[in-house]
Amino acid sequence: MIPLKFDYEVAESAQHAVELLGQHGDEAKLLAGGHSLLPIMKLRLAAPTVLIDIGRLNDLNYVREDGDKLAIGAMTRHTDVEHSDLVKSECGILAYTAGLVGDPQVRHRGTIGGSLAHGDAASDLPGVFLALDAEFKITGSGGDRTIAAADFFEDYLMTALAPDEILTEVRVPKLNGAGWSYRKFNRRAQDWAVVGVGAILERSNGSISSARIGFTNMASVPVRASATEQALSGASVDSIAEAAESAADGTSPSSDIAASSEFRQHLARVLTKRALDEALSR
Amino acid sequence: MRRIKVTVDGKTHEHEVEPRLLLIHYLREVLGIGGAHSGCDTSNCGACTILMNGESVKSCTVLAVQADGEDIMTVQGLAKNGEWHPVQTAFHEAHGLQCGYCTPGMIMATISLLKEKPNPSEEEIREGLEGNLCRCTGYENIVKAVKQAAGSPVS
Amino acid sequence: MTEQAQKYVGGGVPRKEDPALVTGKATWTDNIKLPGMLHFALLRSPMAHAKITNIDASEALAMPGVQAVYTAEDINNDMAAGLPCAWLVTEDMKSPVHQPLAKDEVKHLGDAVAVVVADDRYVAKDALEYIDVDYEELPVVTKMEDALKSDSPLVHEEFGTNECYTWPLATGDVDEAFKNAPVIVKERYIQQRLLPTAIECRAVVANPDPVNGGFTVYTATQIPHILKSVLAGICGVPEQKMRVVAPDVGGGFGSKLNIYAEEALAVVLARKLGVPVKWVEERSENYLATIHGRDQIQDLEIAATSEGKILGLKVKLLADMGAYLQIFTPGIPTFGGFMFPGVYDFENYSFECKGVFTNKTPTDAYRGAGRPEAAYGIERIMDSLAREVGVAPEEIRRRNFYEPFDEPTETPAGIQYDSFNLQGALDKVLELADYEGLRAEQKRRRDDNDPVQLGIGFSTYTEICGLAPSQVLAAVGLGGAGWEAATVRMLASGTVEVVTGTTPHGQGHVTSWSQIAADVLGVTPDDVEVLHGDTAISPLGRDTYGSRSLTVGGVAVHLAAGKVVEKAKKIAAHMLEAAEDDIEFENGTFSVAGSPDQNVSMATVAGEAFLGINLPEGMEPNLTEDSSFDPPNFTYPFGAHICVTEVDTETGFVKVRDYFAVDDCGPIINPIIADGQIHGGIAQGLAQAIYEEAIYDEDGNLVTGSMLDYLIPGAPEIPHFTLDRTITPSPSNPLGVKGIGEAGTIGSPPAAVNSVIDALSTHGVTHIDMPTSPMKVWTAIQNAKGERAGTRDADRSGRPAQATDNVDEKGSESL
Repeated sequence: MIPLKFDYEVAESAQHAVELLGQHGDEAKLLAGGHSLLPIMKLRLAAPTVLIDIGRLNDLNYVREDGDKLAIGAMTRHTDVEHSDLVKSECGILAYTAGLVGDPQVRHRGTIGGSLAHGDAASDLPGVFLALDAEFKITGSGGDRTIAAADFFEDYLMTALAPDEILTEVRVPKLNGAGWSYRKFNRRAQDWAVVGVGAILERSNGSISSARIGFTNMASVPVRASATEQALSGASVDSIAEAAESAADGTSPSSDIAASSEFRQHLARVLTKRALDEALSR
Repeated sequence: MRRIKVTVDGKTHEHEVEPRLLLIHYLREVLGIGGAHSGCDTSNCGACTILMNGESVKSCTVLAVQADGEDIMTVQGLAKNGEWHPVQTAFHEAHGLQCGYCTPGMIMATISLLKEKPNPSEEEIREGLEGNLCRCTGYENIVKAVKQAAGSPVS
Repeated sequence: MTEQAQKYVGGGVPRKEDPALVTGKATWTDNIKLPGMLHFALLRSPMAHAKITNIDASEALAMPGVQAVYTAEDINNDMAAGLPCAWLVTEDMKSPVHQPLAKDEVKHLGDAVAVVVADDRYVAKDALEYIDVDYEELPVVTKMEDALKSDSPLVHEEFGTNECYTWPLATGDVDEAFKNAPVIVKERYIQQRLLPTAIECRAVVANPDPVNGGFTVYTATQIPHILKSVLAGICGVPEQKMRVVAPDVGGGFGSKLNIYAEEALAVVLARKLGVPVKWVEERSENYLATIHGRDQIQDLEIAATSEGKILGLKVKLLADMGAYLQIFTPGIPTFGGFMFPGVYDFENYSFECKGVFTNKTPTDAYRGAGRPEAAYGIERIMDSLAREVGVAPEEIRRRNFYEPFDEPTETPAGIQYDSFNLQGALDKVLELADYEGLRAEQKRRRDDNDPVQLGIGFSTYTEICGLAPSQVLAAVGLGGAGWEAATVRMLASGTVEVVTGTTPHGQGHVTSWSQIAADVLGVTPDDVEVLHGDTAISPLGRDTYGSRSLTVGGVAVHLAAGKVVEKAKKIAAHMLEAAEDDIEFENGTFSVAGSPDQNVSMATVAGEAFLGINLPEGMEPNLTEDSSFDPPNFTYPFGAHICVTEVDTETGFVKVRDYFAVDDCGPIINPIIADGQIHGGIAQGLAQAIYEEAIYDEDGNLVTGSMLDYLIPGAPEIPHFTLDRTITPSPSNPLGVKGIGEAGTIGSPPAAVNSVIDALSTHGVTHIDMPTSPMKVWTAIQNAKGERAGTRDADRSGRPAQATDNVDEKGSESL
């Protein structure tokens, strides 16, 4: 319940945060909404000796249109994404999924950037950002760079962020009428997903031109249901059921008290079919 | 140590605190506000829910230093001139509490919910309170209380 | 003060308890701050079984803010006796020594080995990490059937066995009944271990009393009176110098009905250091240090005619005690032993319970305490019996119900139920639920091969509550003292103080006892102040648990108030110069029969009694009367529940869609409060059936060690409840009332599981142990595939993993 002692700095800007990170090295962690970091610090499973609070960086809290993309500041809270008219109309899957993270209190504090940078494949957003082929803008002592979602998540709780880098923005494509769905399977509404499936379906001339399907909690990083995506490329809408059968191919999800690896794979197949059916109906 | 200035229930306080001091403990131990409660250590139960800048937040998952400059409202700050907030009244009239331990958090979560959804359906009420656990009431009368409160003007 | 008294009993009077609670002004134990108060924290064993070879606290002692560190060496000598077990179920029961701090050996995860006293909580918590304890691991046993094997590691070496006791009960001739029975059904059920999870964790403050050299102990407890005498005894404090206060308590459900190490430690530390000390439990600590519930393996056999009329019932239980015996640990399952026959009229019953030690936290009373286990066993096997003989579940129950009665009636377990009308309750719930409509919907979904199937599950239950006739307590090894006390006193102004020995923590006694007293005395509930929870203010009592408060304590209030009226009548007669027999009392006024103008109010009489100048010859002043009510029998509420579930056969997800309950606890004092108890009770029962399970791995680690993994359902998971009642008074007390606090938790788990099995019956599934998690439901469906659906054999080989049977490679169980 009570974290170990630590020192505390307040970052005045993203640049300042980068400087502070450089100063303190891997003794330091960024504190955004704190709803990934503080729970593990309270259990004393993590004990950074310096916390750099970026919670005042309000200029990183925004949702903007940028051509055929949406640009979302890393410090945008889940609740803001959930309720943003722009996100709801242009990238519905994101608004919907942000509204499933934790509970209202968590959503009032937790940030999009914080959730992504934490790098937990059991969180709802990483898999959806992966399915969206999102881009992440990062700034660090070496300057700015942009990295694709597919290259961002490296391992369980490990991302491509260097110790002195900070995620500043995520960019997602507008869906432009593509069908979408996020199916979260959990025991209680406030729980983490046992398995989650996010699907985006593009159609043309009555058939499916492409499907992008991202998994939550099917591996140590968010992964795509590539076999199913391939089976659906240019396929007829009737092929969803069969394509979903291969959804778990190539995955070896973990076993825990919520589900065995085998059950997770089964859920992945069932939820993929349901997500695709729902995406088709939008 | 860090100096913070926090407005709680309309009063502004200044203190030097350890960075690791949780907001719930700042409220309870430093300010003596016994109406904010702790019920778990993994941010699940919601008993510690308060309003920060009008939104419901779990005060066990916020550092006091993060609340510097912010406006906090606890259940103790709701009544105006001895008159209860409509949500407090609704909980009482609908028997939405038994032991009362989850109640402050439940009331604050309800106020936040009704702000976002002034006229929630039963399903929206239950989901809107997903972050607040109760062991006594089975939620039946809590839902009733929220419905009743939704029928009255909420400040 | 009004003189127009109305009838309050039976009405939904809004609760007097609420103002402090909704404004955040309640006094929880953790709110108590005393000058000079220090905080203590406990260092707990990280392993389930180990020898303690060395403890080095020097680094911790050197930390700024740390005042002291103590181990068993320091503490145990300050105790007059160890933590007691008060329930001697058998003469040869093995009762281990249980001290607040483990001395040579830790026997479960979380067993306390040292205590730090510091200036504040944060320092105390930090200091724990600097106490060096050397452990030598010992082999661990977590499963009861393993624990009973001859080569098992022993939890208590000195006993030479892990068997705590064997407790039998037999009536009639079961062997004969089974010998030629046309139908025999045999089942094994698991009652999984539960974590009571009151939202307020435990806390205690002990304050030395500088005047009398004793102590005031504020503690989040359900039992300040019991605690006063026991703590005094084990801590070596004269009983009259020990004061125990239960401040506002945030739920108990039995988990705060105990004598805990931390309470004894608080007294010892306060005495050693001469200052107030406080301990506040963290949730993950609560899950190790506060008693657990249930944890039984149940083997049941039922013999019946081919029409499903029960001929006999055999029950064998293995009950997990954990590593030590807390105050009532061994008796909980044996108490339930009386209730396996349920609401059914038959003659031949045998029951045997073996209590077994394991390297886990001790179990003890948790809402229902033995009776949910019993109701589950019988209500589940009745559904199996129904399936076996091809009779509908509601019909098989009807065929075995008692005919309605309102006088004590002997049961197959040799006790006496007080009053029943199961037919009335069942009829009502069938109508309430639109049963035919539900079956029609179920059929439609089956015909359509809907992946989401509808389940309709029954539970017709009773339970034994209203603890207890003192003689019965003595007979079962609990000593006695099942009474409850009340004092009702009129103050000079005509207002009322009621002192009760019950200890409410959410049940609304203040409001309810106000209603009872108001009706008898002709005042309003607002004129009545109910005092409780502090042994200095309420000196006599047996506290709150076992759904006893109304049936024993509320009755005592009623009786004491009646004695007040009796004495007041004499004074009124004297004042009105009339014969006592001519005095009538109505609406708070005493008047002479036939001459209503000749009257005097209760308030005036109270004033006279106080002044003491115009009283009948020889009468003492004051209008204050006591009652200690010892109930002649328990009370037996009963009911009929229908649980409606939707089971997604593709994912195993179970949603409780609706819940219908008709419960009978006799006349109702406050229907809103009574319904609230039923709501909460049902919710906890559903939580057991579908969500909760305390999972230990084979090393004795609690895998579900926080509220992240131990699943307490929230509002989205719990359905709307549709309630109704029947009213069948109890002959056990003058108000005819029965307890209701635990009934919901007792009736609902079998209704829920019966519902899930009903949903899956066309898939050939005949049983799933609680909780019916998606994983277990899905596994059961897979295992039943290809077998002949609907037959008895369908699930024999496919019985899903039991909590006590299966451990996967990662060490977690019960997938």
